[in-house]
Amino acid sequence: MKHRMVIATLSLVGLFVALYLSLWKLGLVGSMVCGLGSCEVVQTSRYAYLFGIPVAFYGVVGYLAMLGVSLVGLQPKFVATLGPTKLLVGLGGSGTAFCLYLTYIEAFVLDAWCRWCIVIAILTVSILATAVVGLRERPSEN
Amino acid sequence: MKGFYIGLGALAVGGVGVLVVAMSRGGATLPSGPINVEAIEMARSWPGYVLGDPEAPVEIIEYADFECAGCRVQWVLTVQDIKQRLVATGQARLTFRDFPLTSHMNSAPAHHAAACAADQGMFQQMHDKLFDTQPQWTGRTGAESMFRGYARELGLDLEEYDACTGEGRHRGRLQASYEGGLALGVNSTPTFIVGDHLYTDGVTYDLIKALVDSIAAIGEQ
Repeated sequence: MKHRMVIATLSLVGLFVALYLSLWKLGLVGSMVCGLGSCEVVQTSRYAYLFGIPVAFYGVVGYLAMLGVSLVGLQPKFVATLGPTKLLVGLGGSGTAFCLYLTYIEAFVLDAWCRWCIVIAILTVSILATAVVGLRERPSEN
Repeated sequence: MKGFYIGLGALAVGGVGVLVVAMSRGGATLPSGPINVEAIEMARSWPGYVLGDPEAPVEIIEYADFECAGCRVQWVLTVQDIKQRLVATGQARLTFRDFPLTSHMNSAPAHHAAACAADQGMFQQMHDKLFDTQPQWTGRTGAESMFRGYARELGLDLEEYDACTGEGRHRGRLQASYEGGLALGVNSTPTFIVGDHLYTDGVTYDLIKALVDSIAAIGEQ
């Protein structure tokens, strides 16, 4: 179940990026490291909140969920089942849809790009793609 | 499999390390503590942020707090009208004076952010931005980072902005404005002063317009 290892690794990276953005939102991190991007423009816009909660927090929850499912899926009891992979497809798909919405906002509403948001979008799409590929793996292969 | 978990663990440790370093870096935050008395004295003659023709016959003074919800309402309902119909037409000038209430946790940094923006000729833009976004930062931690985001969005020189906020360059001036307001009888926000009339419970455009007209008429006599 190599795809679950890949997803666990990608999820862990995404978790730290989302945690960084969340800590910044809470004022626990100073100036955001953003390079040439416009992270603060994006992060301080009204689109950085959904139902009153910073979107970065949703990222933390989402990546924690994907990390947890992928690690559980690596346990001997679940290695031979496709259930965890299907769940990862669902989580990755939901995350990708959310990232697409946020990317649309960046491109066509704010006209500003947050480097970290792009990293998160790439990670999420990669997780979905890996999970979809994982659906084709035969459990006995591993 | 063991190698995978070791690698994942190493990645986790590295990630935590990066976050700890990022948190220890802090940022340019407004210094606290006593303000230099000389700085306050020197700022007493500062007139405030004047919008409009300095030679306009009537001065409308507004004492406001960026974190005061009533000030935001007044900004939406009345100040826009005053700007467009009295200031832009040369009938009056609008002077904004800082009255950062200590009961609001983000008032001081908000007013300081506006003062630092004013150094770069962007006071009105920051003023409008702060009132526009007030619900997003009022009473919340991390507001100073948000103000820095607004500075970035407005195209300010961030290095200069950080230096300004980091050293608390305008704390004396803000305190002088606050004390000046108290001396005039301001004890709440928003307070408007037109001529010798002081209104502490907010105003309507019609009231301000009537005052401006009457003061202008007296001046013409």
